[in-house]
Amino acid sequence: MESYIGKIKEISERLLNDGTVECVVGFRKGTVALTNEPCMITKASDVQDLVWDENCRLNLANYLTGRKEKIAVIAKGCDSRNIVNHIIENKISREQLVIIGVPCKGMVDKNNPEVLQANCATCLHRNPVIYDELCADLVEEQKEVDRYEDVRKIEAMETQDKWAFFEDLLTGCTRCYACKNACPLCYCPTCFVDESQPQWIGKGTDPIDIRTYHFLRAYHCAGRCTDCGACEAACPQNIKMRHFTKKLEKDCNELYGWEAGLTVDQRPPLDSFKVDDPDKFIM
Amino acid sequence: MKVIKIDKNIWAGGIDSLRSGYRLFGPVMQGDAHEYKELTSDETPDMAYTNTRLSPKSVVFPQSEPMFTYSLDENNPEHHILKDAPKDYSPRAVIGMRPCDAKALSLVRMNFDTEEYRDPFWMNSYDATTFVGLACDSPCETCFCTSAGCGPYHEEGFDVLLSDCGDAYEAKALTEKGEKLLAAAGWTAEGDASVFEPKKAEAEAKIVCKVESSNLRGKNSLDLYDAPFWKELSFACINCGTCTYACPTCWCFDIQDENKGTEGVRMRNWDSCMTSLFTLHGSGHNPRDQKHQRFRQRFMHKLKYFVDKYDKGLMCVGCGRCVQQCPANIDIRTICNKMNGYEAAS
Amino acid sequence: MQNPYKAYPVRIDDIQVATADKTLRTFKFVFLNPEDEEKFSYHVGQFAELSIPGQGEIPIGIASSPSEKGFVMFTVFRTGKVTSHLHNMKVGDIMGLRGPLGNWYPIENLEGKNIVIIGAGFAFTTLRSTIKYLLEPENRKRYGRLDVIYGARNPGMILYKDELVEWEKRDDINLNLTVDGTDDPDWKYHTGFVPTITETQAPQGDDDTYAILCGPPMMLKFTKPVLDKLGYQADHIFMSLENRMKCGIGMCGRCNIGKELVCKDGPVFTLDKLNEMPEEDQ
Repeated sequence: MESYIGKIKEISERLLNDGTVECVVGFRKGTVALTNEPCMITKASDVQDLVWDENCRLNLANYLTGRKEKIAVIAKGCDSRNIVNHIIENKISREQLVIIGVPCKGMVDKNNPEVLQANCATCLHRNPVIYDELCADLVEEQKEVDRYEDVRKIEAMETQDKWAFFEDLLTGCTRCYACKNACPLCYCPTCFVDESQPQWIGKGTDPIDIRTYHFLRAYHCAGRCTDCGACEAACPQNIKMRHFTKKLEKDCNELYGWEAGLTVDQRPPLDSFKVDDPDKFIM
Repeated sequence: MKVIKIDKNIWAGGIDSLRSGYRLFGPVMQGDAHEYKELTSDETPDMAYTNTRLSPKSVVFPQSEPMFTYSLDENNPEHHILKDAPKDYSPRAVIGMRPCDAKALSLVRMNFDTEEYRDPFWMNSYDATTFVGLACDSPCETCFCTSAGCGPYHEEGFDVLLSDCGDAYEAKALTEKGEKLLAAAGWTAEGDASVFEPKKAEAEAKIVCKVESSNLRGKNSLDLYDAPFWKELSFACINCGTCTYACPTCWCFDIQDENKGTEGVRMRNWDSCMTSLFTLHGSGHNPRDQKHQRFRQRFMHKLKYFVDKYDKGLMCVGCGRCVQQCPANIDIRTICNKMNGYEAAS
Repeated sequence: MQNPYKAYPVRIDDIQVATADKTLRTFKFVFLNPEDEEKFSYHVGQFAELSIPGQGEIPIGIASSPSEKGFVMFTVFRTGKVTSHLHNMKVGDIMGLRGPLGNWYPIENLEGKNIVIIGAGFAFTTLRSTIKYLLEPENRKRYGRLDVIYGARNPGMILYKDELVEWEKRDDINLNLTVDGTDDPDWKYHTGFVPTITETQAPQGDDDTYAILCGPPMMLKFTKPVLDKLGYQADHIFMSLENRMKCGIGMCGRCNIGKELVCKDGPVFTLDKLNEMPEEDQ
């Protein structure tokens, strides 16, 4: 994917020069191995700083929330789906954006560059779903990947084993909130963890509070999560919190035939009602 | 001070001897990284670590700590009156701590041990602890301790400093507390003090990463505060607490009451200047409402306010944890260099 | 050294609704252990943490004067979790008081000087403490001219009305009350914002005249240039600030402005000092 960068720079320079946009949101080279830093370029002469490779893990839709200017944003498949979410949820308008689509071949695992990041290995939407410019030909989408093998394994566990699995999963969580802050969906002006009237959960390291945080956050992402993997990529403790969001993603898929962020023309299932919505889980 | 040689074949036995007189803390593999924890009776510290993911600050300053208990039951004659939470300040020892982390505690002490007030929780834990250091012969590539008033053989804050010499540790007793611990472990063989200087020089030479901070003290605080680079530098920051929680010199905390039925505990929890709630007024006004304001606060505190207030250098020891763990690649080395080199337009 | 986080147990002795809109109440606390009152020896301008086990703590300026014995008084605006709870408490309830905290208005250093006290809104509490203290007969004679300018949004929001009426009758204090606006035909005092009233009513600044200010950020911001124009030197102006606080003793790290901690190095700063500190909010 390094070969994309020439084209990305060329497009960015053009958009800045002709005044189409005020800035370009992309990545610049990181100061440590296997990391790039999200950046905002405002001068055409600075487009040389832009990079693109397998270490552009963070979701750039997260950097668009509530911005007012005209922006060009570099978007791989998942970023583009979160841009769709953002448009649906009025966090940015389509007119403000020039989306520079990146046909993605997957990010590498931040701890092991020999393998793809877990979500990328089973990704079905590597190509941007919405774009104005493309920096390369679209790539072939992966076929016959089993997206939910891990979820089914957990579903098949006995209740006690499930509990133990989740308990172990969250060991080490310091509630630094890197997961929610890296997540483009988590833009609430006041997160439920910060509410004091009522105070929904305690603020310490009691395992019950840690679990409550992760469970509730996952539910807030149901039908919206694109499985971009930014949460896991951001976690300094390498906690695999996608186990929660993927289960909800699978449910949304099975119950509503829904995949988040594919179209701006349809509301997500949990903020719309249809008479024939399945309701077995309530009964 | 005395130097003792500890043959590695008597190391585990010595650790066992310490267990009766000390609560022992040390680095052990937890999941996919080393962390400090209280050792169980069958655990020995894993000395083959580069650095732990979180610093050992939690040994004296746990992430969540009870301060007081109270009863809300009005039938209790002492209801709504704060009672001291039960504490164990019996002797404890951290075995195998890096020099950066020990220096960090010395810096943090200045916050908790002041002329007017002494934080009893932090101070009692600190005073109860014997700190046994392990010098760094193989620093990480993000280490910049030598630029932060510290170094791989820095002794500040330690009671004992160990240097790994292959089959044995050479242990330099730096305080009486340290001598006492060595004696309690049964380590008495005379060591070789001459190994420290050359090994120190060798280790320091391995730290190639340099950060410039010499100009910071002389800079005008308001100039740095108003410098034009904060928005740009903070763009990538997601305002999580990763850096503050990983940092051995970050000490900010919150106080929270937690009730269960009619009983409750007043807790203190680590807090982070990266969050907006940290400074939100009751009126709704927030002096640090914006991301760049919180970001600026963190770096100004570490690299300028602290420097000015105490005149003891940076509030950073160069451990590199924040650099390694930041999800967005915010790099304190870059920011320090930028601040150090900044000249306000006159 | 005693644990600085541990609150003295107190009993609520009196509760008065302080404003017409009932958003402020004045509480008088009595120490359960009389020796704690000795330890809680305070100066005008200091604050304390009102500590309600099960709810939390809030830093509030002390409204009583050190010359008033047997109780400590606070006037509290209902806004968050702890203050809402406090507003629902009743006389006789037990809670905690931690302090006194912070520095104070340095009136000991101002003997023989003229003092102008300027306040607005809920922040009049520590100024009430100061005025009350200065008006004690043994204190009043030690100072020169005393001017007070106090503004509220409307007449119903004025704190300590009965006392103000008494003070107005005295000839050793020049009291200037103002409201932002009112349709009350009987309102016989000023109408207008504090900075404007200050401009016309405050004495000229000179070597022997000092100003003490406490109020919302906007009032402070716009009163500063007025005092400057009136000739007050920056080291003759004392301002009391507020910020979110938890520990109140300079340790928890959230209330700093530059390297100064509002809870411990403040809350009172000279304008001189403030000019060296960054303006947060930017």
